[in-house]
Amino acid sequence: MNWYWLDRFTLFESGKRAKAVKTITRAEGHLRDHFRFHPVAPGSLIIEGLAQTAGLMFNEATRFQKKIVLGKIPRLTFYDTEIVPGDVLEYEAIADYINEEGSMATVSVRREGTLIAEGALIFAHLGSDFASQKQFAEGDLEDLVRAYGMYEVGVDSEGNPLRDPATPAS
Amino acid sequence: MATKEEILADVQKILAESLAVDEEDVTLDATLVDDLGAESIDLLEIVFAIEKNFGIKIDRSELIPEDLLTNTQYVVDGKLTAQGLDELQKRLPEADLEEFKLNPLVQNISKILTVNDLVNIVERKL
Repeated sequence: MNWYWLDRFTLFESGKRAKAVKTITRAEGHLRDHFRFHPVAPGSLIIEGLAQTAGLMFNEATRFQKKIVLGKIPRLTFYDTEIVPGDVLEYEAIADYINEEGSMATVSVRREGTLIAEGALIFAHLGSDFASQKQFAEGDLEDLVRAYGMYEVGVDSEGNPLRDPATPAS
Repeated sequence: MATKEEILADVQKILAESLAVDEEDVTLDATLVDDLGAESIDLLEIVFAIEKNFGIKIDRSELIPEDLLTNTQYVVDGKLTAQGLDELQKRLPEADLEEFKLNPLVQNISKILTVNDLVNIVERKL
């Protein structure tokens, strides 16, 4: 799988809040055509980065037992769309709501402290009706979580470090 | 204690925002799904907004009992059985099912839940 739309978490408070950074690089293939001689990061992929920041926060909060998918963007405003190679974006997701069926987060994007976009995302937690449909190939979700450094910066609801389930308990 | 009018005013605001409709279209007899175009994910957002606004707990199945509609005990040939209708009335005590009972097709369930039902659910839980 190659669907990495953030670079790493910088803060991860289980079930509450997550921050992540994403550096826009000229090496991203799609920027050759978006647009030719004028590379601009597509807003849709910035939204995907926000969805990964918030979605993985809800995945961890539900112990990776749910299939969590972005269901609705009730509001999202971009204040600047000129996001170019070299820009370092900071994504933030704050959990507003979570229950068995779904979750909602307030999200924002900043560049050097300046607000670029803000809004809210709603996720559906798919139940047993979708049990036969795989959301991730074997191990991909775990790889994604580790690649993003969730266990390096993450803390649980009491402030203790999150434990990678693959690491034997000490 | 909020009056029914006050509840309706808040519910109208919530539905207008969630469903991108005009507040004036959110009348008491409008159905959420058929008239106002609510989809399943919208109902989740509406539940979140109502819980936050009124400080109550609502289960989405209190609005649309999807589990009941896929249960073969209650649905035969795409229609709710007498037992299914009894269960539906238990789940949605506020809903007026008289018209639905004339042709209880599963797809007609979208014609049931009205803004008035939603206001009544909130009023009961406050």
